[in-house]
Amino acid sequence: MLKLDPNLTQADDFYEALIEAHRGLSAAQSGRLNAKLILLLANQVGDFDTLRAAIAKAREGVEPAGEDPTLRVVA
Amino acid sequence: MVAAASIDYEALRLPATPRPEGEARRHPVVIVGAGPIGLATAIDLAQNGIDVVLVDDDDRLSTGSRAICFAKRTLEIFDRLGCGEPMVRQGVGWSKGRVFHRDGQVYDFDLLPEQGHRRPAFINLQQYYVEGYLYERAKALPRLDMRWRHRVAGVKVGADGVALDIETLEGGYTLNGRYLVAADGSRSFVRKAMGLESHGQTFRDRFLIADVRMEADFPAERWFWFDPPFHPGQSTLLHRQADNVWRIDFQLGWDADPQAERQPERVLPRVRALLGKDAKFELVWASVYTFSCLRMDSFRHGPVFFAGDSAHGVSPFGARGANSGVQDAENLAWKLRLVLRGLAPEALLDTYGAEREFAADENIKNSTRSTDFITPKSEVSRQFRDATLELARDCGFARQLVNSGRLSKPSVYAGSPLNTPDEDAFAGAMTPGAPSADAPILRDGREDWLLSVSGDDFALLAFSPTPQEIAAMRAVSGGDIPVRVVVVAPRDAPESAGVVRVVDSGLAAERFDARPGTVYLLRPDQHVAARWRRFDAAKVAAALSRACGHAG
Repeated sequence: MLKLDPNLTQADDFYEALIEAHRGLSAAQSGRLNAKLILLLANQVGDFDTLRAAIAKAREGVEPAGEDPTLRVVA
Repeated sequence: MVAAASIDYEALRLPATPRPEGEARRHPVVIVGAGPIGLATAIDLAQNGIDVVLVDDDDRLSTGSRAICFAKRTLEIFDRLGCGEPMVRQGVGWSKGRVFHRDGQVYDFDLLPEQGHRRPAFINLQQYYVEGYLYERAKALPRLDMRWRHRVAGVKVGADGVALDIETLEGGYTLNGRYLVAADGSRSFVRKAMGLESHGQTFRDRFLIADVRMEADFPAERWFWFDPPFHPGQSTLLHRQADNVWRIDFQLGWDADPQAERQPERVLPRVRALLGKDAKFELVWASVYTFSCLRMDSFRHGPVFFAGDSAHGVSPFGARGANSGVQDAENLAWKLRLVLRGLAPEALLDTYGAEREFAADENIKNSTRSTDFITPKSEVSRQFRDATLELARDCGFARQLVNSGRLSKPSVYAGSPLNTPDEDAFAGAMTPGAPSADAPILRDGREDWLLSVSGDDFALLAFSPTPQEIAAMRAVSGGDIPVRVVVVAPRDAPESAGVVRVVDSGLAAERFDARPGTVYLLRPDQHVAARWRRFDAAKVAAALSRACGHAG
């Protein structure tokens, strides 16, 4: 089950640490940090149903404005 | 039975088959395309008493190494077809692989860590050898009529058969078949002639295959590099094949010029960068390709069946192309055989489509995931890929995400209508729909393998049955549909008529989670149809009927 009620032990400290970790990084470096962080946290969560619920929650209300890079083919 | 390995199957020219005179007969099965899939289908049918005509537009076997990785399950099928042994003898067996990132190893794996298997996880063998041994076997079968340089120029499909316009060097003729198997490859003429299509996705990337002959002391393992120092920013795959030939697969990127990149002056420096500047090697084959994951919506169209690359395509990472095609062949052959003999309804043939489309989806899913990892299609996809590789150096969890190819495994037809669902409790992998495990056994005091005694027909594997049960099993094997009863027991016992007796090494009972009394019904393609803790003649008969396509 995806937790949406407060669960962080030190909410303000966490938020500050998260922002602090990105200090001085370029957008590309921040992207790398975020990617690693997501993977680490995903492993911590472990359960796929919870992860899938989190992905869906994060995607809520985001209308795709980019391109779908998939190249369709017919043979 | 099969010739020694010294024949150069790549250079072999097959004499053009003359145009037949008075070709009025309607053949039970016509197969188009004498690649591994067409040959395997033809052999399976012909060795089981069905007349087959196999036509091919060419007069040679495979040009270039092409498919090289043949999986354990495929080898078990080739064993049943009578040509596994020379392939394994000629091929390079392997089960281990390593994945590197930049200059360090990320992890290694072993696809078959346990003992007691007849065949290795994989052999690497050039496709022309595989086709060569299949061809030798095919030649020995009187019911198999191979016709070289017979090109299909037109396809007419009726409700109960097909008529093919065939062109030969001496002119055309019409070839009639009750059933047609289109094993004519990814650019299938039959598919196009019938106005059918494959759909899927293609990947923005190009790869160079360089096969080189050299003496080298790399082990017989699959080595995959992400971003190695000798080929920065791209991936590389190294595999050993027969005759000291090595397959090197370089990722080039989407902007590479396919014409220029296959020229030796461009290929040789790339190979030298990997092997060292003093390495002595000879380039034997080079090819630049892109790939797609795609399939036809339906593999059966009336009397026409699509098998192998004509029906589906995947990227090569995972060795799921030729291997899945051989499994198509084996799935189709026994069904055609039973229907042609009048032992099963036409509906059985629909399950070829259902089971192999399911398998194709599984292969496409795995292949697409690997390709998305190797060739990230967006910036964020690349970011996650690089993050995974970076973490994999010291985090075990990230290693399981690194995907350089999830290697071919036979599909478990879990949802197949041919399965009889379990009513007893079992542990382990031998669920209905699963390909049967093999195990070492003794037969007449000699070492043998369970799958080699189960044969080409249905098999009833009975673990330590009582004498009364054995007597009752004879009633099952005496029906219209051939069923071979195989008694698997810890000790030998006197022969009893109509029953094959084997002595278990212990591994058979373990792999099937069998106890005394346990019975498995295997299909002719050696997938599990049903299983019980005790033999019950009525239940076995019902399961057999269901596995033949009679609605349960």
